Amino acid sequence: MARQSTFGNMVVSLSVICLVCAAVLGVVYCITEKPIADAELAKVNNAIAAVVPAFDNNPSDDVQVLGDSKVYTATNGGSLVGYAIQVKSSGFGGPLQMMVGFTPDGTIYNTSIISHSETPGLGAKITDDNIQPRAQVKGKNPGVNNISVSKDGGEIDAITASTITSRAFLKGVNMAYDVFKQISENNEPEQ
Amino acid sequence: MSRNSKLGLIIDGIIKNNPTFVLVLGMCPTLGTTTSAINGLGMGVATMCVLILSNMAISAVARFIPDKVRIPCYIVIIATFVTVVQFLLQAYVPSLYETLGLFIPLIVVNCIVLGRAEAFANKNSVIDSACDGLGVGLGFTIALTLIGLVREVLGSGSAFGFKFIQGDGMLAFVLAPGAFLVLGYLMVLFRKITKKA
Repeated sequence: MARQSTFGNMVVSLSVICLVCAAVLGVVYCITEKPIADAELAKVNNAIAAVVPAFDNNPSDDVQVLGDSKVYTATNGGSLVGYAIQVKSSGFGGPLQMMVGFTPDGTIYNTSIISHSETPGLGAKITDDNIQPRAQVKGKNPGVNNISVSKDGGEIDAITASTITSRAFLKGVNMAYDVFKQISENNEPEQ
Repeated sequence: MSRNSKLGLIIDGIIKNNPTFVLVLGMCPTLGTTTSAINGLGMGVATMCVLILSNMAISAVARFIPDKVRIPCYIVIIATFVTVVQFLLQAYVPSLYETLGLFIPLIVVNCIVLGRAEAFANKNSVIDSACDGLGVGLGFTIALTLIGLVREVLGSGSAFGFKFIQGDGMLAFVLAPGAFLVLGYLMVLFRKITKKA
């Protein structure tokens, strides 16, 4: 079966195996690099398309990065129709990446969950577009409405048995609104 | 390994050496990923691919590896195949990659893969090792899909994503305690059936 172990043959066999493996990984990485980037871009583009009104530019070409957040600007025929703001909140099971769409007056157009690690059957329901918190924030303006769960005195119903996830989602919405305020203040003087 | 034919090896892997119900190896992904039938199936198939490839590679090179460094060598080979599978999933089935997420890299430390390398692949031919990998991989996939199916039916009222009961189902079965319960009862059932046969 196996050969007698000597220092020399141990070094040689480990080195050869590591070299071959590294070469294999390098080749596979080169082949899959582009499809992986494409898949991620498609995901972001789908999320943008879901959260702002119809647009005709390519929002992912024009990204503004503010801290942890990314701002995608959607225009139609040259006029601004909305901002899609990607934020990271922290949910029950880990980070909750989401996209929040605002129309230029600060009203929430729609929201989309990009990635999450919430409990299946409980917090993971946040991915359902018709679940209470997702449906209820639509059309509200965080500058006017109190966007927090009713338990905390807000106007939004939490998902049953998933208050932490609901809070994390609404925190993300408010974070996105803060970013929106910065963006719209910065843009006003230019107009 | 009572039967020597290739088919016997595969069937042994599914029944006599079933990794989940008989050997009780690789419990971390078993309990963690089986929240739905699709997740269980995806994890099972990913593990099976790694298992077949690593079994073949290890049985091919085992003769040249000095005894004292065999475990590090096996780990490097297994980790390479896992990373390849991870890249491929990420590139071509991003939705499955998202659900399995953390558990894909964990295939490296799945005791089944190293266990089969150490117990079978380094003493047998490439073809036999591939059959063993296929059998054990199928056994693992079947077990994970079954656990996932039972948990999904009881916990969410759906099977393979198709909802047939309105409402929530018994949430405990989707959470960790349900995983242990379902695994336990399925193990009992499996023992009872295989003992009679």
